[in-house]
Parts: sequence; C-alpha cells; structure tokens
Amino acid sequence: MKNLLILGAGTAGTMMANHLKRKLNKKEWKITIVDQHKTHYYQPGFLFIPFDTYKEKDVIKTKKQFIPNSVEYIEKAIEIIEHDKNIVILKDGTNLSYDILIIATGSKIVPTETDGLAGEGWQKDVFDFYTIEGATALRDKLKNWQGGKFVIHLTEMPIKCPVAPLEFSFLADAFFHKKGIREKVEMTYITPLSGAFTKQNCSNVLGYLLEDKKINLIPDFDVELVNEKDNFIQSYDDQKINYDLLVTIPTNMGDDVIERSGLGDDLNFVPTHKHTLQSKKKENIFVIGDATDLPSSKAGSVAHFQADVLTKNIKNFINGKELVKEFDGHANCFIESGFGKAFLIDFNYDVEPVEGTFPLPIIGPFSLLKESRINHMGKLVFRHIYWNMLLRGLPMPGITTQMSKIGKKL
Amino acid sequence: MATKEIAGNTIDVNEEGYLTNFGQWNEAIAEAIAIEEGIEKLSERHWVVLKYLQDFYKENGTMPTIRKMKKSGVVDTKELYSLFPGGPLKKSSRIAGLKKPESCI
Ligand SMILES: Cc1cc2nc3c(=O)[nH]c(=O)nc-3n(C[C@H](O)[C@H](O)[C@H](O)COP(=O)(O)OP(=O)(O)OC[C@H]3O[C@@H](n4cnc5c(N)ncnc54)[C@H](O)[C@@H]3O)c2cc1C
Repeated sequence: MKNLLILGAGTAGTMMANHLKRKLNKKEWKITIVDQHKTHYYQPGFLFIPFDTYKEKDVIKTKKQFIPNSVEYIEKAIEIIEHDKNIVILKDGTNLSYDILIIATGSKIVPTETDGLAGEGWQKDVFDFYTIEGATALRDKLKNWQGGKFVIHLTEMPIKCPVAPLEFSFLADAFFHKKGIREKVEMTYITPLSGAFTKQNCSNVLGYLLEDKKINLIPDFDVELVNEKDNFIQSYDDQKINYDLLVTIPTNMGDDVIERSGLGDDLNFVPTHKHTLQSKKKENIFVIGDATDLPSSKAGSVAHFQADVLTKNIKNFINGKELVKEFDGHANCFIESGFGKAFLIDFNYDVEPVEGTFPLPIIGPFSLLKESRINHMGKLVFRHIYWNMLLRGLPMPGITTQMSKIGKKL
Repeated sequence: MATKEIAGNTIDVNEEGYLTNFGQWNEAIAEAIAIEEGIEKLSERHWVVLKYLQDFYKENGTMPTIRKMKKSGVVDTKELYSLFPGGPLKKSSRIAGLKKPESCI
C-alpha cells in the first residue's frame, strides 16, 4: 500500500480528499488527512458576522462530515515535515510516512508582526474580522458603538481574499446608514497599495465607490506601529492617523510548521510551480490553496480551480506522466458593495478584471465589474455552493477551471 | 513603448517611466531619475540600496519585498523611507533601472 498524505482539512485539503478518493485505486493507495481542529469555518461568512447578518451557526460545521469514509482523518497538530525522509511528525510524536504529500495548511493572521498591534487595545478598540473570535468580538463592539473615527486598515500583501477589506468598508457604510449614525462616523481606508485594489481596472472602479460612499482613501501607507494607548496608527514615513475604532487586516502568513520544516519563504508560504502546483523543493510534494506562494488570489474559488488541476497532476505523477501546466491563476470573486448589491470579478494571471457578463455572454446572469442585485444574490448562494458542492469536489455549474474569455469585453 | 532623453542618453521606458532595457542604465541616468523623483543627490546609502536591488534582481529575477530588505540587514525600513520618501520600492526600483515591483493579489 502506498500513502498519500494531505496536511490541512480546510477548503483545499477537504476538496482534494474528495477528488482523490474517486480517482485513486483503493487497493494501491491509502489517503490520510490531518488537521488540528474539529471545526470547519466558512471563512467568507466572517465578513457578515460583525454586522450580525450571519450568526456563528451559519459559518460552522464539523470537518469530519466532509471527509469521505474511505479517507483516514487524524485530528492532531502537525509538528514538522521531514521532507528528506518523506515523513510527517505530529505533535504527539506520531510518524506518518508518505509517498506523495499535499500541503494545504492555509494562511492565518499574525498580529504580532506589527509593533503594538496585539497590545492592550486588541479586541477593545482594535479588531480583525479574519478569525471567528475577531469577527464576533467586533460584532459585540459595533452593537453599542455610537460613532467616531472608524479606520479600516490593510497591513501588507498578500492577504487571503484581497477584496474582503473593501467589502467590509462598503458593508460598514451601509450598516451605519441603517443604524442612523452614518454622519457621526468618519470612515478612512488605509492601504499599503497605491490605490484601492491591486488590479488597476478594479482599483479605479472601487476607488470611485469609496469616494461615492465618503470613505477617505489613504494609499501607500506602510505601517510602522500601532499605539493603543493614544489610539493612533503610524507609518514609516511618520504619517499618524487617529482612530476610535480600528479594524485591521494583520499580516497574513503560512503556518509555522512550514517554517519549522524549512519549506517556506519569508512569509512561510511554500514556493510552488505556478501552473502545475508541484512544490519547487521536492517532486513528491504538491501545494494547494492559501499555503502556496503563487501570485493568484488566496480564495476558496481559486483553490477550487487548483483542485481540478492538482487532481490531474497527482494521477500523472503516479503514472509517471508529464504534469499538465493548466492552472492559469483563475479567480472568481463576488465583491459586496452594500445595500444588497455586489460586483463580480473574474480574472487570471494574465487577464485583468473587465466588464461583461458571466458565465454566459449577454444573458449572464451575473454582470462583471458592475454593481448589481443579482451579484449579491450570487454571493449569498455561494455559502450553499461551498458547503454542498465545493468542499465535496463537485463542479460549479457553468464555471470552467481555466478562465473563459466568453462574455468579457476584452 | 516610448523613448526618453535623459542625462544625454536615449532610453526605452514604459508608460510609468521605468526602464525596459536594463542594459541602457548608467549612474548618470540614475542621478537624473532621482531628481525627477524628488531626491536631489544620491548619497552613499542610496547607492548601497540601489546596488542591493540590482544584485537581488540579477539573482532572483524579481524585486525584493520591503520585508525581505529588512531581513537582509542592508537597510531597515525606517531608513529606507527616509532615503526614498513616499514609496521607497517604487522609487528605488525606478532609479535602479529595474521593473516596478508588482504587488501580488
Ligand atoms: C474574511 C474572509 C472572507 C473571505 N471571502 C472569500 C470569498 O468571498 N470567496 C472566496 O472564494 N474565498 C474567500 N475567503 C478565502 C477562503 O476562505 C480561503 O482562501 C480558503 O479557505 C483557503 O483554503 P485552504 O484550504 O488553503 O486554507 P484553510 O481553509 O484555512 O485550511 C487550512 C487548514 O490547515 C490546518 N492547519 C494549518 N496548520 C496546521 C498544523 N500545524 N497542524 C494541523 N493542522 C493545521 C488548519 O487548521 C486549517 O483547517 C475569505 C477569507 C476570509 C478570512
């Protein structure tokens, strides 16, 4: 029997377990998946928790229910990958040997990377919404908050779901309107980028939207420290921004196990071949999802497209065939813009988001790079698609793995 | 692609004024671009950073991140900002004749 070992049972690892149990010969291959936690969080739902639109129960299920029976599930922390020996050692000392390893350990926020951030104000006046703890603490704070300087801050790229801080800003604007306190809130969006977003086309459109919603944009801001005693955030070139309530996206990094194993870059992301998803260090190690160092978005939809390619390549690798270079960086993201509307963008490594309709020409039903109600419905439906189709490795209707140019105004 | 006259040389540049052919770069061009970027005179410390960027690019084919520069021990972030105020990587890479650093998504 040979062993295929998957590290991490989040979005990407779970999808791979489901894909591979259908594709690998059960008599020859044993599939094992390891994760430290019991709970699978629907992370895109964290965005809606601070505004009390989603409750905890909407974003929480047990991991195990998505892992097929024929796959062994081990709920333990991973200590180290000894890639020279093809062994993974768990925290309790268990050794797991593998023939093929798939790293799907994701990325997480690391507030301690910024001076002063994880200090006395953390979860009092300073919050994140990238964790369940952060999102619920922020919800409790917002319940009774009466207004003041509301600052949304992005520390450094890359982050998972790069549009999330903008979406959060738009939803916060709508939330304060509905509460009747919008004119008491001064909103500021601080980013290290030169504009609202990384992709130019999109940055223009979303930049206008910030202006429209009277959210001040402060670009090119590289944070040096947060002072939680006097409530200000300071950049390396000595700009100081005061806040009453700060919502920040701290530095995102891969898991420490990647660093311990000597497999990561400065941010503990694993150097990966861009089109095949094979790791650069070892031929029998593959990487998927947020754990890679690829210049594609760190998003569930991206992991879904990667999973199709990786499944093919695991089979090719086993059969001694050449790997397909089919991952094109395809991402497909809804961007909530508040008041029941949303944008949709669809792009890859080479093609920037453009206008058009999706997935079909003219009839859509979704419109690209434009605000619409149906896009917002799409975003809400995505949660059901995530739990019922995405995680189980089922295709998303009408959406191809490689980005399609159909319907796009290129 | 456009060309540009600078410090007595003709260079190929992209629409944002970055050199597209590093072979055309020289120190006089760097001095002239620095002035365009609001840096009157390139000091010894400026040159240390510029050379580091060029070496890094030669070796890796990409630009380092600010985090990487901090780790390299060549220059800390505070100094980097004081040398190239308002966008250190964008400015220093243009002066060094390299590509504009891409921010990943
Ligand atoms: C606020 C927010 C909004 C988002 N919105 C969207 C959206 O609208 N659309 C979209 O497509 N995506 C969105 N995303 C991104 C999406 O959730 C992630 O890209 C996706 O979950 C990545 O999957 P993954 O499997 O790579 O990582 P994860 O799902 O994070 O899984 C990693 C797993 O590895 C485990 N692990 C790590 N280290 C260890 C260890 N040492 N030992 C044991 N186990 C370990 C973790 O416990 C975890 O379960 C959003 C994310 C956030 C935070």
